[in-house]
Amino acid sequence: MTRLVVVGASLAGLRAVESSRRAGFDGEIVLLGAERHLPYDRPPLSKRYLVGEAEADTWRTEDEIRGELGVDLRLGVAATGLRPADHVVETTDGDVRYDRLIIATGASPRTLPSLPDLDGIVTLRTLDDADDLRRRIVPGSHVTVLGAGFIGSEIASSAEKIGAYATVVEAAPVPLVRAVGDEVGAALARLHPRNGTRLLLGTHIAEYRGERGRVTEVVLSTGEVLTTDVVVVGIGAAPATTWLEGSGIALHDRDGGIVCDETLLTSVPDVWAAGDAVHWPNAAYGRTMRLENWTNASDQGLRAGANAADPEHAAPYATVPYFWSDWYGHRIQFVGVASDEVEFVSGGPDGDRFVALFTDGDRVVAAATLNEPRKIMKLRRLIAERGDRAAALALVNPELVTKE
Amino acid sequence: MSDYRIEVDRGRCTGIGICESMRDDRFEVDDDGTLVIHDDVVDEDERAEIESIVLSCPASALKLATVVG
Repeated sequence: MTRLVVVGASLAGLRAVESSRRAGFDGEIVLLGAERHLPYDRPPLSKRYLVGEAEADTWRTEDEIRGELGVDLRLGVAATGLRPADHVVETTDGDVRYDRLIIATGASPRTLPSLPDLDGIVTLRTLDDADDLRRRIVPGSHVTVLGAGFIGSEIASSAEKIGAYATVVEAAPVPLVRAVGDEVGAALARLHPRNGTRLLLGTHIAEYRGERGRVTEVVLSTGEVLTTDVVVVGIGAAPATTWLEGSGIALHDRDGGIVCDETLLTSVPDVWAAGDAVHWPNAAYGRTMRLENWTNASDQGLRAGANAADPEHAAPYATVPYFWSDWYGHRIQFVGVASDEVEFVSGGPDGDRFVALFTDGDRVVAAATLNEPRKIMKLRRLIAERGDRAAALALVNPELVTKE
Repeated sequence: MSDYRIEVDRGRCTGIGICESMRDDRFEVDDDGTLVIHDDVVDEDERAEIESIVLSCPASALKLATVVG
C-alpha cells in the first residue's frame, strides 16, 4: 500500500491530509506533529484566545482524524532529518518510511542572539506560548512588545483590551513596510496611539535588566527606562527547515525556505511542501514568493495534498495573497502584493476606514482596507482578473461613477 | 435525493470573506462585516464545492445541513 507521510500537523498539514483523501488517495497516511496538541488554529492565539474570549479551536477531533480521515496521527513527534534516497523521514520517534511526502513544518519566531536568558522574554507561535503569555498579561501589567508587525500589534491590542499597559518598540521608522508598503504601514501604525498604546518607532532595546532571573526593565536606545513584566519578541518568523539541511532538498539561500516548482514539488522526487516555509513561482504575479499567512497555508495544503494524491495530474498553485488582522476592534485586510505606487481612494490614512490601491502602471496589484469588509474580496477578484485602476475605482466608489 | 442548506454560526463568523472569494454569487460580506448568503439551498451537484468552502472557513462558522425533503 502506498504511504503518504505529512510532516507538520498545523493548518497546511491537516488540509493536505483532507485534500489527498478527497482526491481519492486510499493508501496509508501518517501525520506527524511536533506539538502534543491536535491541529489547532493559530490566528486567535494573539487575539481572542489571548484575551480569554475563546478556547483553542481544533478543527477536528482525534476520532475524526483517525477514523473519518484514516490517519495514523503521531503527536509529539518531530522530524529531525530526511534521507530521500531511502525514502525515510528521521524523527524523534525513529525512522518513518514514505512513498510520498508533504513537508508542512511552517516557521518559527525569529529571536535575537543578544537576548539575555531572563524569564519573561518570550515569543508567540504555539498554543503553549499563548497559554504562557495569558498568564503573564493581566490587568495592570506592563508589556513591552518588540516589533510592530502584525503579531506584535495584535498582542499590543489584546494587552490593551485586558487592561495592561503596552509599549511597542520598533526599530524601523515605519512598520510593516515589506507587507503593506510605507504609506499603509504608517496609516496602520497610527491605530496604536489612537487606542492608548505607546508606539516608539526608530527605537530599539539597548539593555534588558532583571532581578532574580526575571526581566524587570528595558533600557531603550533613547535612554528611557521602561518597567516591564514581560517582553514579547515579535520580529518575524523564519522557515522551520533546519532539519532538512544537507538532505538534498533545495533550500533558499536567504532564509532556508523550501524551493518548490509551481506544483509545490520540491527539488526531490516524491516530496511536496506547503505553507509558511515554501518559496514557489506564483503565476498570478509572475514571480517567486514565500507567504506567511493563514489563507496561503490552507490553500497550499489543499493543493499539495491533491498533487501528492495524483502526481500525474498535478496542477499549479497560483494565488492573489490575502491576509487579515484585527487591532483594537478594527479589521485590517490586504489582498495582493504591494507595489510602490499607492493611493488612498476612499477614506484616508488618519481615519478608521479606508481603501488603498496599489498599482503597477494601470494594473491593480494589491489593495489594503481598514474596516471595509464588503470591498476587499471584490478587489481580490478584480486583481485576479487583472483589472485596471478605473475598474477598481468604480468598485470602491460606485456613487462617483457617472452614468452615460 | 435530498437538498442541503448553508448555515452560518453568527457567533463565530467575523466576515473574513474566504467564502466570498470562492463563490461570490452565494456569499457576500456586508459593510459591517455581516455575511449575507444569497440562496442558501444547495443541490447534489454543488455539494462537493460548497463543502470545500465550508471547510475553508477560518472561523469554522459555516455548516452544510441536510434538508429532509
